[in-house]
This record gives sequence, structure tokens and C-alpha cells, in this order.
Amino acid sequence: MSHYSIFSLARNALSRHENWSEAWRNPEPRAEYDVIIIGAGGHGLGAAYYLAKEHGITNVAVLEKGYLGGGNTGRNTTIVRSNYLLEGNAHFYEHSMKLWEGLSRDINYNVMFSQRGVLNLAHTDAQIDAFQRRGNAMRLNGIDAEFLSVEEIAARVPLLDCSPQTRFPIRGGLLQPRGGTARHDAVAWGYARAADTRGVDIIQNCEVTGIDVNGGRVNGVQTTRGAIRAAKIGIAVAGHSSQVAAMAGLRLPIESHVLQAMVSEPLKPCLDTVVTSGAAHLYVSQSDKGELVYGGDLDFYNSYAQRGNMPRVEEVAAALLSLFPAFSRVRMMRTWGGVMDMTMDGSPIIGKTPIDGLYLNGGWCYGGFKATPASGFCYAHLIAKDEPHPTATEYRLDRFLRGAMIDEKGMGAQPNLH
Amino acid sequence: MIINHPLLGPRDAAEFTYLGDATLINRPDWQAEDAAGKFHEYLYLRDNPAGEHRELWFHEQGDRSWLVVTRNTLTHEITKVELARDVALAAGRDK
Repeated sequence: MSHYSIFSLARNALSRHENWSEAWRNPEPRAEYDVIIIGAGGHGLGAAYYLAKEHGITNVAVLEKGYLGGGNTGRNTTIVRSNYLLEGNAHFYEHSMKLWEGLSRDINYNVMFSQRGVLNLAHTDAQIDAFQRRGNAMRLNGIDAEFLSVEEIAARVPLLDCSPQTRFPIRGGLLQPRGGTARHDAVAWGYARAADTRGVDIIQNCEVTGIDVNGGRVNGVQTTRGAIRAAKIGIAVAGHSSQVAAMAGLRLPIESHVLQAMVSEPLKPCLDTVVTSGAAHLYVSQSDKGELVYGGDLDFYNSYAQRGNMPRVEEVAAALLSLFPAFSRVRMMRTWGGVMDMTMDGSPIIGKTPIDGLYLNGGWCYGGFKATPASGFCYAHLIAKDEPHPTATEYRLDRFLRGAMIDEKGMGAQPNLH
Repeated sequence: MIINHPLLGPRDAAEFTYLGDATLINRPDWQAEDAAGKFHEYLYLRDNPAGEHRELWFHEQGDRSWLVVTRNTLTHEITKVELARDVALAAGRDK
């Protein structure tokens, strides 16, 4: 596989870009691998890449029922942040942020990581207190955070309605300057290419239909392209974790919900940061193509339909206009839905299962995209060494049995409220 | 989505709030020997099926009754709506 650089760009320009080699192979599945990862999204491909790079395990297959990156990796709103309060989350997401900062160079693929800042708006006294506490906790953990006054917010985001007359008057905000956005497809493609270069087989159109368990150990999977043996199998199919885990007889602390997102027609640059509001239930940013990318709450009931309903679209659009009245004439271009693994405490799961050799990576709720690099990194560590990575020790599956929940919002075991 | 309320007829789903799997009706016996394990299953573990799902909805903006709705999670099609009270009584509960 050729190295991407200014020189390869110039060289290929001379032949009118007709001689680029394919970015990854399309191999036939072999009968046996050391490790099988189920799911070729960002997390699965990242895990395969770090297995090869950090642990020297290259006899790895990544199985994908559809096409690479065709699930939630290509459906999210591309926001990257590490503004977490709780100990179990903070170090993991900061680990991820640091990997993001070097990712394009590491995998020789431009993931268009843009640290344009993520601003959480506070609308009440209670939110100001909560955000200042969160900001202080972040700074104590070595993560960047700044609390902004209304005047500072108005200067930074001129189109935001900071007047006292608006539906949710803005009182302040917590900014993480190192937060931002990245190109979601490029993350999957970049990890795929980097993993493939190191010998990993990425097998698309290969749906896992069964997991073979014998005497409490996994020894392979059944797929639509035949049986494949492996002593270690990692599930990375967030959105459908319950379905795949059920093949091994497991029930998970997860409900699947649909989360919608939408984009407007492209505009000239007008919003150079990510703005979120918990009170208005909205997050919005502007993509490099100029579209406003925004979303809000779940549809709130269990769903595997990768589409949502109109009432939620209307609520999200109304929230956008209450914060940014200037967007009232902007036309919405399209909406879509992705299926989320919503866990019982709103935090993800990276851990062993009760079955030897079977590992679970899932339960990413709203927040899987920003976690992609650290999730892959920690999952590879878990699979290679059979013990959790130091930044992901609290994500073990047995935390629900032990009562060691990581509940950022304090909502309890009600997945649609996290 | 329209929920065909057994008492009030067709109502918009926006009038309801959603709790989750209808197995939440069957609260375990807290005095049983294996209560800790049973409550772990009851509180946290879900079948989370892709297909037919029996689930609890609360008519918050209406008559404030709890319903058990049988709905397909792949198509959102609703095939059955019952009063949760009737379901609980039929399962042998006293209320």
C-alpha cells in the first residue's frame, strides 16, 4: 500500500489520478484466525489496527455484515470532546482526545480533525453550578475547560441569541477548546487502510449468524460466508450488541433506541464552534461542506428502525431556531436515524463476558464517535492481554452486578434518559 | 405513531411517556434468598428484541393510565394495546 503524502499526490496527478491503488484488499475469509472482530465500524477497525500495531497480532479478521463504516460510524454528528465529570469516564475520553490529536499522522490518513471547541450552554443557576463543578473536575484531571460569561459567548458565537428575551436565556457556558469535529467516514476508512496494511483481513458482506461456544469457551463463528474459527472473538456492533450477544446466550444491560440527526443546505461559514444545550436539547456544528449538522434527543422508545419520526425532527428544529433565530430561513436537506446501544447507566461497556475468549465492546449511547480511537486502543489491549486497559477498568460488564455504575447524569436505570 | 388506547381510542404517541420492557411489571420478591441476583436481572438486563416487543407506556398527557403496548421495534407497527392493570391481574397480581 502506498504512503499518502504530497509526493504521492503530485505523482498521481501526473497520471490524472487514474492509478491510485485500492485503499484496502477484499480478501476471502480464511478458515481460522487468532482474533475475530465482529463489526467493521470505527471501533472494530480501530481495535484491529491497535491489535496489529501495539500487540503484534496481525492474524485478525474484521467481519462486517454490510459495508465498512456503514453503521453508526457514518451516521453520527462527528463531535469529539472529553468533557466528562466522573473518574471512570474522564481518563478514558481524555486518552481518546490525545489519540485524536495525533491520529491523522499515525494512520497516514487525513481524518480532518478540527479542534474548533465544544461549548455547552448554561441556562439556569443550577446549570452554572453543575458546569463549573464539571469544569473544575476536568481541570483537576488535566483536561482543558473554560467557563465563559454571556458576553464572551456572544463575542465568540455572534449568531447565537444571547438576549434575555429568548426561550432559554443563556447565562454562561462551559467551553472545551480542544474539542471539535472530525470526518466520520475518514476515521473508518483510515483505520481500515492502516489495519489492512498491517495484514488484517477486512471481510465485508459477511454477517455473523452464530457464535460457537463449547464448554464455556468460544471457538468460532458461523457466518453467511461459512464457519470461521478463532479462540478470541470481540463484539463491536454497538446498536445491535444485544442481538449478537444473544447468539452466545447473553442478556445485556442495554436497550436499543433510535437517535436522529439532520443537516441543512450548505451555507457560507457562519458557525466555527460546536454549540450544545442540554436545556434546549440540541447540538449543532457546521461541517466543512457548509451544512449545519444538528440533532437532539432520542425518539425515546426501543427501536431498530434506522429512521425516526417527524415530531422529534420538529422539536430539534424548534430548539435550533430558539438559539439561532438567524437560521429560520435555512432549508433542511435531509434527516436520518442511527440505532444506539443505550446502557443502564449511560456509560459504555468494554470488557470480558462470562464466556472465555468472548469480549464485548458496546453500549456507546450517544457518544461512540469521539471514543473511537481509545475504544479501539483499549479493546485491543483487553483482547491481547485478557485484562482491561488502565483507562477502561471501570467499563467492565460486571459493574451492574457490583453496583459500580458510572452514571454521569444521575438518571438511574432508565436508558432513554441518559 | 398512534397508540390505540383501550379506553380512549386512537391517541398520538406524543401524549405518552415510555418506560421500557413490560417485564418491569414483575418485580421480584425482595425477601427471597436469591433477591440480589433477581433484582440485577430485573433492573438491568433486557431481551431488547429486534421485532415484537411488549412495553410499558404511560398516558401522561391523558388519563394517566399505564398501558402494555405490543409493538414491532423494526417497523414501529403496533399490534396490541392492553391496560397494564389487566395484564398484572391476569398474571396473578392483586392490583
